[in-house]
Amino acid sequence: MTESTSPSFAGLDVGQVVAEREIALTRASLVRYAGASGDFNPIHYNDVVAVEVGLPGVIAHGMLTMGLAASVVEEWAGAGNVSDVQVRFTRPIPVPNPGEATVSVIARIGALDEERRTARVDLTVQHGDVKVLGKAQALVDCT
Amino acid sequence: MSVNSEAVGRRYGPFEPYEVTRVKIREFADAVDAFSGAHRDVAVAQAEGYADVVAPTTFAVVIAQQAEFHVVTDPEVGVDFSRVVHAEERFTHVRPLVAGDVVRTTVHIDAIKQRAGISMVTTRSELVDLDGAPVSTVVSTLAVRESQDEGETQ
Repeated sequence: MTESTSPSFAGLDVGQVVAEREIALTRASLVRYAGASGDFNPIHYNDVVAVEVGLPGVIAHGMLTMGLAASVVEEWAGAGNVSDVQVRFTRPIPVPNPGEATVSVIARIGALDEERRTARVDLTVQHGDVKVLGKAQALVDCT
Repeated sequence: MSVNSEAVGRRYGPFEPYEVTRVKIREFADAVDAFSGAHRDVAVAQAEGYADVVAPTTFAVVIAQQAEFHVVTDPEVGVDFSRVVHAEERFTHVRPLVAGDVVRTTVHIDAIKQRAGISMVTTRSELVDLDGAPVSTVVSTLAVRESQDEGETQ
């Protein structure tokens, strides 16, 4: 017997926070994502290269930030139930060594489609006070 | 060097099929803090209605970025990769990828918009299964700064 993990559409309200998380990114997080994703651009692990191309230092992969944000939505939606996710990368996240960069993710209901029983989840993703993703939205199939 | 806007409409692939594996799904789930057991344990995934462990939402980037590589390295498109910044990304799934899936990817150049010394290059990767049924669409926009003239400083 199988059991759907999709959230229930009934009772959802626009503006409701459905999930939030704080993540501490270190150089190890970036190396791990590089290996998992196959994105070995040296600006994500080599300070010399990062400074040469005009960055303050090593920055996180935009796709790592997006992946972390999507995981926060998934925690509420259930694995495999996020049918669409989109972001604009507006600001880089420098990741110091030694040390860590803190990223906060808040997932709120942005819109509800009663006919399709889908919820649009709007993501606020910040590094300190700086928003690092724009137009960050996910679509979740509900039951 | 500048991006050739006449490259819009070009298509690359389909490439050698990509086989989605349990180990890769787990690695990716660990890297993006996707904590669900359905990414790691076949029994949990099957209890949730999946044939095998299910990939995290943005896993398809592993496959799409390999395909997009053919665009950014095509000399006739003219992308200087040292001047590239990732601007936008979108995943649209018909269904989630699961371990055991074998997918073929075709990448299209959908748009090249040039303004103020920056070219915005939008690619669309279409992932289909071996029967040709659509699985996921990955749309990616890169911002490419045009090269300065020789001798100019920046």
